[in-house]
Amino acid sequence: MSTTPPPPPDRIHSESFLRELMRRQLGLSIGCALAFLVALLGMPLLNYFAPGFMAIRVGGFTLTWLVLGVLFFPYVWIISYFFIRRSLALEASEVSEVNQSRR
Amino acid sequence: MSLSASLLPPLAQASGVDPWILVFSLITVVITVIMGFRSAKTSKTAGDFFVAGRSVSVGWNASAISGEYLSAASFMGIAGMVMAIGYDALWYPVCYACGYLFLLLFIAGPLRRFGAYTIPDFAEGRYDSPLFRKIAVCFVLFIGFFYTMPQMKGAGTTLAYIFPGLPYWVGVAVVGAVITLNVALGGMKGITLVQAMQYWMKVFAISVPVFVLAAVFGGYGDNLAVNRTAHDAPAAAEVAAASPDATPGITQAHRHPLPAKAPADEAWSSPFGPLTTKAAKAAHLSPEDTKPLSLLYTYSLIIALVCGTAGLPHILVRFYTNPDGVAAKRTTMWVMILIGIFYVFPPVIGVLGRNFLPELYNGVGAKGTDKIVLELPTLIREKYGVLGSILSGIACAGAFAAFMSTFSGLLVSMTSAVAHDVYGRMLRPKSTPEQRMKMFKFAAIGIGAVSVGLGCCVEPLEINFMVGQAFAIAAASYFPLLFMSVWWRGMTMKGAAVGMLTGGICALLAAALTNFSNLALDKGPMGKIFAGFAPMNDYWAHHPLLRILCEQPAIWTVPLAIGLMIVVSKATAKDVPSDIRMKMLVLHAPEALGLKNEYIQEHQAGAGH
Repeated sequence: MSTTPPPPPDRIHSESFLRELMRRQLGLSIGCALAFLVALLGMPLLNYFAPGFMAIRVGGFTLTWLVLGVLFFPYVWIISYFFIRRSLALEASEVSEVNQSRR
Repeated sequence: MSLSASLLPPLAQASGVDPWILVFSLITVVITVIMGFRSAKTSKTAGDFFVAGRSVSVGWNASAISGEYLSAASFMGIAGMVMAIGYDALWYPVCYACGYLFLLLFIAGPLRRFGAYTIPDFAEGRYDSPLFRKIAVCFVLFIGFFYTMPQMKGAGTTLAYIFPGLPYWVGVAVVGAVITLNVALGGMKGITLVQAMQYWMKVFAISVPVFVLAAVFGGYGDNLAVNRTAHDAPAAAEVAAASPDATPGITQAHRHPLPAKAPADEAWSSPFGPLTTKAAKAAHLSPEDTKPLSLLYTYSLIIALVCGTAGLPHILVRFYTNPDGVAAKRTTMWVMILIGIFYVFPPVIGVLGRNFLPELYNGVGAKGTDKIVLELPTLIREKYGVLGSILSGIACAGAFAAFMSTFSGLLVSMTSAVAHDVYGRMLRPKSTPEQRMKMFKFAAIGIGAVSVGLGCCVEPLEINFMVGQAFAIAAASYFPLLFMSVWWRGMTMKGAAVGMLTGGICALLAAALTNFSNLALDKGPMGKIFAGFAPMNDYWAHHPLLRILCEQPAIWTVPLAIGLMIVVSKATAKDVPSDIRMKMLVLHAPEALGLKNEYIQEHQAGAGH
């Protein structure tokens, strides 16, 4: 990634390591945030532009009530589960990377 | 035994107290106190007091965070709001849950890795500025007291419900005293166990009545379906069982006639209902002109709730009670599951309440829809006798658990701020851990007393309004601070301070202005006090957009705070801490690399606990 790393005393303290670290973490966080922001911020838009569709009755619920009052919570769980797995894997790979470079 | 047997029934009969409600509420209080006392024995070190020794397991900690988070507003307020305004109130539970996701994605891990007891610790550590610590401490106390007041209001209202005729302030004082004692004795470790237990109590207390009521009165969907059948609801006479086109099979769902004050079915069950159209209605706008304003209101509400969750001080301090960053992340995952499960239930109560207890629409404040959670189970009493009383008792126990746990969490975070930051860092930096622990106890008592005093003053204000205010302030101050400090290395202390203060103060002023103009319309004594703000309402009527921007300020205060942080930081770029790379590394590098120890060795003065 970093083409010419300056000869650092230690890879951890190099500028490129920090940049790469933050870039990867932020990328993952933003990706997950987008997944839930699209749904959260999209709901009012759907309510606004497709009120007829969102008012369809599903088992007594209007569609929009069902999504917001019930289905939204499992959706958030899925995103957070995905994030935690990926973020733990990311940390593990960073640690092993550093340990290899130290060797 | 003989004492209680001879005392309680006359007391109960004299004031019209339901003995079951009394018993369940007493059990909640007694268990809370006993658990506090028991853990007081094991809370020995300063670490136990401030961050529970950083050794709370994921399950306990997740239950405790959830218990702390589900406040009186969640337990009583959401059901009441859904009943009162319908669909739009659903944003509250959803955004409370989503706010946690935001915390998990952007803030929980780095904050935990940085390793500090409190947010002020973080503020000082990140910017090497004792001044900034002082500003941050002020905000902890400020937001904390704002969030304490609605809890106190909940306590006073519930006790007044259980003991008809009991003065409001007595309830506030009793609950305040019990919790203060608990916190002073057990500190953080003590309340962790209590709060964890209280989460399960609250889930039990909201889900059991929902299941029983749904079995008797029909399910969630069936009761929602009823609200489409009668379009001319206010004028409708007895609306009998579901109309022919409603879901066949279960026909238990029906409803009592709605009073004139209740919102009509169409407005209640669909988006952009009474909550978001109030300002436009006052301005007599056409429905076409109203809808964009409603959309704006909805977005601003979402921003305030999501960002506000990520900035509440008593929630943030809990991340430090995890043994490591991995546990902090796992904890957040479980918190999301636990509060998600809880938040499905209050709207069900609200929906059932609209169908079966519509007379509450005629009441105001604590006598109105706010008490639906406590009142609805008593309907069972007509059919099943004592079961209804037991259910109502369970609901009351849940309400007790709700305001007690949130108040104890707030008390710990505010007490930590005083004992750890003000005393331990500013006044007596050389104090011993024993002295700080003693100070923790004194501070707990002092802050508890102030909270009770403030709680006694806010009787006329709505619970939900006060909670909203706390969220709006947190969203525009702490959230931008934490988010930007963690992810942007160019932030300077001046940028952070200017952004946080401007955002927070703008949000506070905007929310206060709306509230004062509302109070000016009040018929009671508050109306006289705030009569000077009455002309505001004429102004609002001509400028509904401005009114919405004041009532829900997050949509402009949050970007304002972040924008100011960027501009001022760029202007003062030379003040960026010289070891910023190391700080960022500690914030983001995996803990397994052991960078924190290295950093602490380099900064003995700045990070020694």
